[in-house]
Amino acid sequence: MSSSGLVPLWVQIPAALLLVSSGLLALTGAVGVLRLKDFFQRMHPPALGATLGTWCACAASMIYLSATGSQPVIHTWLIPIFLALTMPVTTLLLARAALFRRRQAGANVPPPQSRGTGSRRTAHAAGSIIVDPGDDLP
Amino acid sequence: MSTLMIAAIFFALSCYALALAVSLFRLFHGPAAQDRIQALDYMYINGMLMILVLGLRYTSDVFFEAALLVALFGFVGSSAMAKFLLRGEIIE
Repeated sequence: MSSSGLVPLWVQIPAALLLVSSGLLALTGAVGVLRLKDFFQRMHPPALGATLGTWCACAASMIYLSATGSQPVIHTWLIPIFLALTMPVTTLLLARAALFRRRQAGANVPPPQSRGTGSRRTAHAAGSIIVDPGDDLP
Repeated sequence: MSTLMIAAIFFALSCYALALAVSLFRLFHGPAAQDRIQALDYMYINGMLMILVLGLRYTSDVFFEAALLVALFGFVGSSAMAKFLLRGEIIE
């Protein structure tokens, strides 16, 4: 842009540091996804890139774009807020799916708890082997 | 744009690209379906970050909206696939 040569150094240095740390955090999460052994261990590293990596990138974008323009740019915060709302939902659904599939496969995982609060089906007895979400699978 | 910012943006983009490649490996070699879904979800996040940093590089607002849309579709796709694993169907 026209005024991009006028950005002072004390704005550029924090933005550059935030960008570098964001890249390193995302890469660390990816290495964790690759290297860890179990699926339930591998659920943790993507949160590194999804929370702190995104926050750092959005903070760098906000700092730099606010310095180049004439007014502060803060709408970039929508992305971390949105990710903070949606990532737990995806993670919980994936964890439940993985647990369900392992129970179907007969792996050594914790048994289903007795159906108390928030369950969709309450007809089964408390000690039933049938897992809640899966008895209408094709 | 100064050399410092260009170097930092290049480094961040390289890290995101490497993370995308590593997640792609997990997507192809994942032992179970949930591993593949998780790798795809992380690839969505990395692509969103890449678009965001490219928007910083070219000082454009269009990239921000594209990044927001990528995050939205990543959430919808991943939760739909996890729901499919859980129930066998998506819309009941």
